[in-house]
Amino acid sequence: MLDVSKLLEEIQASPYAEISVNAPHSGTLTFNGLVPSSRVVGPFGDWKEKKGTLLATIERERNKKPLHATEKGEVMLVHEELAGTFVQAGTEIMRLRHYLSREEVLSIILKKALHLFNAPERAKYYFIPAVEVKVKVSGPKAISVHDGMELFIMSRMKREAPLSYTGPEGVIYAVYFSHNQNMDAGQPLIGVCPPNLVGAVEDAVMRVQTEWREEE
Amino acid sequence: MDIEKKIQHLTERLTYIRDIFAGKHNENVRLLETKMEDYRQREASLSSQDRAAAVATLEDLFGFVEQKLENDLTPMDKVRIVRHPQRICLRDILENVYDNYTEIGSKDEHSIDPSMVIARAYITRRQGKKTFNQSVMVIGQEKGHGEEFRNGGSVKPWGNAKAQQYMQVAEIENIPIHTYIFTPGSYPIEDSPGAGQQIAKNIYELSGLRVPVVAVISEGGSGGAEAIGLADRRLMLSHGYYSVISPEGAAAIEGRLRDGERASQELIERCASQLKITAQDNLRMGYVDRVIQEPELGARPYHFDFFRTLRQEMLRATDEVVLGVKGWGPFRALALRSRKKKATGNFDFDSVHIRWSLSSSARDHLVEKRHKKFRQLSRYAAVDPRPWTSHFADWLKQALWDGYSHFKYDFFRRHTKNVSHALEDIDAEVRVVTNSMVHFWRKLGAKLFGRSRRKNAETERQLTKLSEWDEQSARDANWTYTSPRAKEDRAITCPNAEVQGCLDLWAPDLFGEFAGVCPNCGHHFPMEYQWYLNNVFDQSSIVEFNSDIEAGNPLSVDGFDLKIEQAKKATGQKSSCMTFEASINDTKVVVAMLMASFRGGTVGAAEGEKFIMAAERAGKKRYPFLAYVHGTAGIRIQEGTNGVIQMPRCTMAVRRYIDDGGLYLVVYDTNSYAGPIASFLGCSPYQFGIRSANVGFAGPGVIAETTGMAMPPHYHNVYKALARGHIQGIWDRREIRFNLTQALLTMGGRNLYYR
Repeated sequence: MLDVSKLLEEIQASPYAEISVNAPHSGTLTFNGLVPSSRVVGPFGDWKEKKGTLLATIERERNKKPLHATEKGEVMLVHEELAGTFVQAGTEIMRLRHYLSREEVLSIILKKALHLFNAPERAKYYFIPAVEVKVKVSGPKAISVHDGMELFIMSRMKREAPLSYTGPEGVIYAVYFSHNQNMDAGQPLIGVCPPNLVGAVEDAVMRVQTEWREEE
Repeated sequence: MDIEKKIQHLTERLTYIRDIFAGKHNENVRLLETKMEDYRQREASLSSQDRAAAVATLEDLFGFVEQKLENDLTPMDKVRIVRHPQRICLRDILENVYDNYTEIGSKDEHSIDPSMVIARAYITRRQGKKTFNQSVMVIGQEKGHGEEFRNGGSVKPWGNAKAQQYMQVAEIENIPIHTYIFTPGSYPIEDSPGAGQQIAKNIYELSGLRVPVVAVISEGGSGGAEAIGLADRRLMLSHGYYSVISPEGAAAIEGRLRDGERASQELIERCASQLKITAQDNLRMGYVDRVIQEPELGARPYHFDFFRTLRQEMLRATDEVVLGVKGWGPFRALALRSRKKKATGNFDFDSVHIRWSLSSSARDHLVEKRHKKFRQLSRYAAVDPRPWTSHFADWLKQALWDGYSHFKYDFFRRHTKNVSHALEDIDAEVRVVTNSMVHFWRKLGAKLFGRSRRKNAETERQLTKLSEWDEQSARDANWTYTSPRAKEDRAITCPNAEVQGCLDLWAPDLFGEFAGVCPNCGHHFPMEYQWYLNNVFDQSSIVEFNSDIEAGNPLSVDGFDLKIEQAKKATGQKSSCMTFEASINDTKVVVAMLMASFRGGTVGAAEGEKFIMAAERAGKKRYPFLAYVHGTAGIRIQEGTNGVIQMPRCTMAVRRYIDDGGLYLVVYDTNSYAGPIASFLGCSPYQFGIRSANVGFAGPGVIAETTGMAMPPHYHNVYKALARGHIQGIWDRREIRFNLTQALLTMGGRNLYYR
């Protein structure tokens, strides 16, 4: 069984992800003057259309290819010895440390603790009436689900079809859709959690929400 | 109470003076402030009679200072005047110039676009004891004295569409249109119908509108102004401006400023004066017919005398247009002449009546006159060094083409067509009879001898054998022209590499064999215009004409002569528009090409003139007319209104060509923006984009600055333009020759030489 508090402790012990920046192809490497502990930013803008900090350039066949940071963080290590040399594809040239944000920590915990049931196609989703009533009265955690259980009504362009839950047994921990909302194919509809883990997950989520401090 | 009002009024006048001079003439402002303050302190101790006298003195002082400052107004001060919330706006005009009006489709903010106001208004004229109500359609931008929802008179595409609709209504109802231009520019968003494309539609509509149109310009900001500004008479308020770009925009370009950096006040002032944006400048250049004098420091809603003048001028202008096309011969001329003389004195246009509805022939004449008027504008602004003999030879050639085309296509071909149609009918009749007879005998033969019909060998081969690669249509990468970039030994990264996983491309492959197209994702890298000249048109078929017409510096902008010379030297061209005759698969076409390499493909007087001459040539020779836009950044701002006026001029030339039954095709490559899109390119019913091209009205930077909204990446991409309905198709560069051939054969009007 998953030990949620141990998982959280592990994350707290090293609250960052290490990103290894590798040469995408062979070429002559030039660094952009970043040193360990320099801050870098990832892509930004409303559509992430602006590139992150320029880390280095690799020139092959007189074609300079820029390498940009993909996440926010700081430089851990720069392989200065490679500067100006011809590197092979896949060679690690830098290492970045990306501090996990609150959302990222939550997503790690929930990914491990929950089974997500995804929407098979773009449509509006509803619980079947019997479940709907129960959800309204006692909340989603009162619903136990099992494989093959008829749970949803999928509604699209005046066409309604029943949809059965597939996956491990458990209770509904979270509902990700709301009334009259169109869900895209592949978006999670519900997160299912084994009944004995509910308390631990709730506790961990609460701790992350209140205690997690995001490094700048 | 009356005195209180007067003081309040004087305070407003003081604020106005302070605002429009923005820190200049401080001594005058201080004098007025001190006097006002003085009065306020003494006010309580004065008797009511003394108070009235003091206020009268103050009023005199204000009048005196305003008169003095009037002489020192700079072009930028005038820009501040027209932008000031106290400036008269369209609703003041509707209230004070017309006798009655009904707003159409708007009530304050409840409108499809509150910045565009349409009204049905009427003017009552009295002749003796009779009164006449004369209806007009009033169309104009409304700034609404700073009302936020009016968007400062910056009209959204659907506002201009509404204006277009009511232009059509006026045409149906046969009533004149009065347009009032109060706009800093159009709201540059691409949402359907699209800023640029809708302005193009409006200009196209106005160019053929069969009712008199009189326009008044107060704030004429480029494309937004042109959307309702093409008129038979163009009047301008003496303190207004009419310009290709705002002085701030020009300063940002001149100072090469980026990302919202602000230009210095000095640079903005200099740009405003160099662009020649004032009413007096535009009158001198011929782009407005008359200037209406405003009171000192510009008209405000309480200047009732000004509204009377404006009313008289509107009546006069509409009468002139109507009389100019009504009736015939000496009487009309006499009437007009006497009118003009009287107008200089105190002639009251309210006391005469001239019917404004026109007969069908008068309406034809009206449109013809409008076209002639605009054809003459800005001709001096292009450098044309050809001697008069060459002009004469040109004129003679054109007359000959005209005569030849009329004889060949309108006379000879029409008659041969009649004969061939008759022969076709006879042939069809005969066939019906013979077929039924042959059918009977064949059937009998088959029954008697059991012979099956022989199949056509060619059909059989086509149905049973595999198809073959057609060498002729697939040029198999044997391009006639190879880009100089193909000679570089280097690799190039496709911009879609991260998303599509495209591998690096070797330049000789990419710019040679692949014709600048990524073989993985199909991204089109920009190619030189020479690539198209050599690979699209039949070999050695290109014959350039009017190459001597040169782009110049009509406004004598500092340092621009040098820039133009540099562009000419670098490209070997004399303007950004190259016009030529060529053939595509033996179909002859006239082409006007805008080259991005010459000052960004911007359009000025020379380019406009060449474009018009090309359209006229195509019309006379009955050839299809292709506008190939290798790239254009818009109207050349350094030419000011000499550039802006090319929008209506070229659109009118295109309209004449299309109305005469031609085929006008537009092909966009690389980046095409602004004025040309919002006029003579955007009005084409057949616009195509080369893949990876961008087509739009204003670039992302300008949109962000004007609207405060960031636009998503690829906002102007041709696929988006296609989805918005702005263009009609997207072509692969390698198939452009095939697609053009197809388009020439399947699209266009009745009057093409090969039809």
